[in-house]
Amino acid sequence: MRPTWLTGRWLIILPPLLFLLVFFLIPFAFAFKISFAETAPRVPPYTDVLTFTADHHLRLALSLGNYRYLLTDEVYGVAYLYSLRTAFFSTLICLALGYPMAYAIARSPKSLQGVLLLVIMLPFWTSFLLRVYALEGIIRDNGFLNTVLLNLGLISHPLRIMRTSVAVYLGIIYSYLPFMVLPLFATLEKLDPTLLEAAADLGSTPRRAFLDVTLPLSIPGVIAGSMLVFIPAVGEFVIPSLLGGPNNLMIGRVLWDEFFGNHDWPVASAVAIAFLLLLAGPIAIYQYYNVRQTEA
Amino acid sequence: MERRLSAVLLSVLLFGIALLYLPIAVLIGYSFNASPLVNVWGGFSTAWYGQLLHNRQLLEAALLSLEVAVAASSGAVVLGTLASIALVRFARFRGRLLLTGMVNAPLVMPEIITGITQLLLFVSMMQLFSWPHRGFTTIVLSHITFCTAYVTVTVQARLQSADRSLEEAAMDLGAGPARAFLEITLPIIAPAIISSWLLCFTLSLDDLVISSFVAGPGASTLPMVIYSKVKLGVSPDINALASLIVCGVGVCIIGAGWLMTRSDRRRALEAQLAGR
Repeated sequence: MRPTWLTGRWLIILPPLLFLLVFFLIPFAFAFKISFAETAPRVPPYTDVLTFTADHHLRLALSLGNYRYLLTDEVYGVAYLYSLRTAFFSTLICLALGYPMAYAIARSPKSLQGVLLLVIMLPFWTSFLLRVYALEGIIRDNGFLNTVLLNLGLISHPLRIMRTSVAVYLGIIYSYLPFMVLPLFATLEKLDPTLLEAAADLGSTPRRAFLDVTLPLSIPGVIAGSMLVFIPAVGEFVIPSLLGGPNNLMIGRVLWDEFFGNHDWPVASAVAIAFLLLLAGPIAIYQYYNVRQTEA
Repeated sequence: MERRLSAVLLSVLLFGIALLYLPIAVLIGYSFNASPLVNVWGGFSTAWYGQLLHNRQLLEAALLSLEVAVAASSGAVVLGTLASIALVRFARFRGRLLLTGMVNAPLVMPEIITGITQLLLFVSMMQLFSWPHRGFTTIVLSHITFCTAYVTVTVQARLQSADRSLEEAAMDLGAGPARAFLEITLPIIAPAIISSWLLCFTLSLDDLVISSFVAGPGASTLPMVIYSKVKLGVSPDINALASLIVCGVGVCIIGAGWLMTRSDRRRALEAQLAGR
């Protein structure tokens, strides 16, 4: 055996490792640094945190003002809580709808499974922005839903859905449902059918067998799917921006406005860092289950 | 698990699928509406599609988006394939846990966080090295980052199920590790590589949030132009454009899915013929 550094392993490992290190991980360090800066009327629009003075001393100018601002200005607390609540209930609804769908696909004939999966996958990859826009065509005041209901005589005034919380919920459920179904299907499909047969042989009703065997064994899928919906939904920007009203302030939208509206890069960085800390728990859970599943 | 589906399960499945497809179907329907009013049917017309060809802003943005998508998915396919080889074939190396974390985290990281952190990196790099200028380069670099994650996950799955004994047989017959990889393993994972290229292409073409942060003032990708138009309300030419994109992407995805299932079937058949 040649020594490992000669085998070319590092030629394979290093390019992706270095690229992701530089363009994915290190950016967080910069955001962290700039969250301690102050806005300044220059390019780029913030003060230096670390500077070399003329006599070669490193000068550190930390400002905690941005974080103090996050804690004192009510908007941020309200937006964080609203985002968490919206994401939580959307995840529950996705789970309630997605579990039976995944279960139905897992139990359908093998020949049909591929087609059904493709049917679920297709919207998952289709333009997110355009799907949200398409949903607007359904739920707007003079949209498809109201036109149909009015013509059927079921309602006399158009339903007001756009620019309400309902629209935001519908948007998230519609956009993220495939993210729930796919990991659930992956675990349900792997389930050993002999376990269910054994349960039946031992006198379990199908319902008991489902509750005692299928459901516990599908927990990894439930968690993976829930995290895949919950984490991006908390940070959602497009949906509250296009479908929500002024009251549906989600944290992604606050960050966007802070950045593009107020040009306050340091506060936007502080919002991002605080947001990341909030998501650290769910992301760690997702990583844990993911690593366990791929290593298994 | 082949058993009869209960009526309840089947109806939930159909309801879910209908929910996923109804808005897109209605959108495509509207795009052929001669009337500019969304709730009035004015007869069948393809006029809105014709108008797209005369919208310079849209065409330029579409061209930029296509260039970015080709560059980003090609870069991501190389990096993602290398990462998946590293993770599947090398059981232990320094930085393995780091690499695992970095290929999985972009899949769930809210785009708005990735976008702002990457912009701050690019701006700081610009101060230090006078590179990269914001625009095409920065958009491609940031798209490669999240696309690499998708490629790694797809190719990793295929590589894990690949039969290593073929590669070992080639090496026993005198092929070096590089040759064994190129002639045996690469053809096995090729469908996964091609389909992940197609998936990255659609993801890159679709990205709004990250591009908006890193693009800088000069460049606008197609989703950025669409977003600013949509913000003003529903417009019939966007309906036509959206229908074109949705159908184009749909063809890409069905192609990718077909490639994957075809090679799966062929492998199953080969395994059968080999008496396993």
